[in-house]
Amino acid sequence: MAIKVGIPRGLWFYDYYPLWKTFYEYLGAEVVLSRPTNKQILDMGVKNTVDEACLPVKVFHGHVIDLKDKVDYIFVPKIMSVYEKEYICPKFCGLPEMVFHSIKDLPQLIDVEINFNKSRKNLEETIYKFGYYITRDKEKIKKAYEKALENYSNYKMKLRNGYLPIDGKFVDFNNKLDKNIRSRIAIVGHTYNMYDSYTSMNLFNKLKKDKVDITVPEMIDFEIINKYANELEKKMFWSFGRKLLGSSMYFAQVQNVDGIIYISSFGCGIDSIIQDLFERNARKQGKIPFLLLTIDEHSGEAGINTRIEAFLDMIEWRKRNEGNLSAHG
Amino acid sequence: MKVTFPHMGNQYVGTKVLLEELGVDIIIPPKCSKDTLNTGVKYSPESICLPLKVNIGNYIESINMGADTIAITGSCGPCRFGYYSVLQKELLKEAGYDIDVILLDPPQGDYKLFFERIFKLTGTKNPYRIIKALKKAYNVLKAVDDLEDMTYYKRPREKVKGSVDKYYDTFHKDVRMVYGYKAVSKLIQETKERILSVEEDPNRDVIKIGIVGEIYTIIEPFVSLDIEKKLGNLGVEIDKSLKVSRWLNEHLFMHPLGLSTEKETWESAEPYLKTMVGGHARETIGYAVRFAKSNFDGIIQVYPLGCMPEIVAQSILPTVEKDYNIPYLCLIVDEMTGEAGYMTRLEAFVDLLRRRKETFKGEKLLSGY
Ligand code: SF4
Ligand code: SF4
Repeated sequence: MAIKVGIPRGLWFYDYYPLWKTFYEYLGAEVVLSRPTNKQILDMGVKNTVDEACLPVKVFHGHVIDLKDKVDYIFVPKIMSVYEKEYICPKFCGLPEMVFHSIKDLPQLIDVEINFNKSRKNLEETIYKFGYYITRDKEKIKKAYEKALENYSNYKMKLRNGYLPIDGKFVDFNNKLDKNIRSRIAIVGHTYNMYDSYTSMNLFNKLKKDKVDITVPEMIDFEIINKYANELEKKMFWSFGRKLLGSSMYFAQVQNVDGIIYISSFGCGIDSIIQDLFERNARKQGKIPFLLLTIDEHSGEAGINTRIEAFLDMIEWRKRNEGNLSAHG
Repeated sequence: MKVTFPHMGNQYVGTKVLLEELGVDIIIPPKCSKDTLNTGVKYSPESICLPLKVNIGNYIESINMGADTIAITGSCGPCRFGYYSVLQKELLKEAGYDIDVILLDPPQGDYKLFFERIFKLTGTKNPYRIIKALKKAYNVLKAVDDLEDMTYYKRPREKVKGSVDKYYDTFHKDVRMVYGYKAVSKLIQETKERILSVEEDPNRDVIKIGIVGEIYTIIEPFVSLDIEKKLGNLGVEIDKSLKVSRWLNEHLFMHPLGLSTEKETWESAEPYLKTMVGGHARETIGYAVRFAKSNFDGIIQVYPLGCMPEIVAQSILPTVEKDYNIPYLCLIVDEMTGEAGYMTRLEAFVDLLRRRKETFKGEKLLSGY
């Protein structure tokens, strides 16, 4: 019987899962994903994490619990750093340990350290370590990784073109040509806050139904993001944070959207800084409508809906008024 | 140029010596107080961690006293502290304070810029002078650490309550008044002798608690609500995982690696936490283990609300508690933390430890050891 590797549908999932899924499948393992986030998963996560943890970490714990009796291994890498001189978040660095000490009766964790902070020299060795859980065949592991990378870049391409992985399944958000578009909104946030439809309260589909054209950092060229992020006085050393801040700055400067929604989770240390720097920056650039949605396990969908509606109305009102102004000017 | 800097416990004594030895004009921010915090909270984003808020309060109080330049140290991740400097600059600007900020971040390759900033701050390009001043500052910090250690030992044992703090508080008032390495060292020495001579009650049953947690919180008494005094008065001798001389090592000498005590701490943490995760989570775990091994009666972790590395540590500490059979209490502080509730939790914990110790003694007697 094939070895079963469980991949939790949380945190880095929306950024990397196609890579690791392909990798382990090529090596002959059966990959099991946890179910999309639901009430039960959230509750289990909340119950098994320290109160102070942020929502995404709690949700992640829920996903691990969802998998733990179904698989031989659970994939919880120790992601220290994916780019040189960058990190993601202290909690990503300590994730396997948090999981290990919070949840009882776990199968073995695949908790290999990914650390490219100094350089990428250890890439090959890192990949082998991930593969050894399934096979000692280095050639095969190498091949699996090549395949995985291929699949990964296809995945990124799809995102770039507007197919977004809502709960891990592609939904087409490429409706630029639709004549009935009300407005164009950028949604910015950590991928696990945005694409998990349970925690984002179905934000994307809601906006789509409302005839809003959506754009996200994943659709923007990495070079552009970097160019804007480099305007900061000091290197932004959080990889995800850098992406979020760089793309928000880009949206605010080129004004190719009518507004920005920043979706953040309560207690996120990274967001506390990114969001603040962005707001400051946006104010300097001249007003771009900005809505901050902070979610936690107690957020109510009704309240969020009202705020989104008000935001969209405000944008439309603004657009109409601007139209009037220019017509008179 | 009148330079100021943020408070962090006794750090100001070392920084004062460093800058005074180099002839730099300084303004020491007033002792952290409720006012400091309120000012900081007013100008800081709500969701930022507490140390930044207090720092902002320090700057503004110093500016009101005439400071025109701020020296800030930093890091390059993974935690928020690495971005404090940039954010603080923005916050001050927005609050309407036009002030020069000298960022002393680890160089990360750009030594030229780093030294330019050092030269700007110190007003000299003579590296020997700077190194000499640094050495003196380091000596002073070590001495202040020792002094503080002595208060940890003496407080729970003093015959007359408040004797230690009478001398210790006087020291903090007086040290602002004297100038330079010699005078500061002398004052430290005198205070040490005074505290040493405080009469002890030989019959006190003193218990020991190890304090671990976020560096700023455990070093700055204002933020931890004077935990060392509170526990001392409850008859508890304490020790802390992090001391202020360590901060200097990390931030000015910039060689956080390779100290021998560091190695021991990291090795103690290793079965629980394999790598650093930012902040001082690894020290929190490592010292919890070390304290447990050296027969402390309990562990208290203190950290500011939302502190990411300490949340990682908090998830792990219950396992240490179980493995070493040592009670553990987690205290989280923010601007809303009330004196009364905090004190109640400390008292309850100390009671628990005392009862435990009694039972343990009883068992020992019964079993004939
Ligand atoms: S980046 Fe924010 S939301 Fe994500 S794990 Fe870290 S603290 Fe939590
Ligand atoms: S270690 Fe804690 S207090 Fe320090 S910057 Fe990080 S989150 Fe803030």
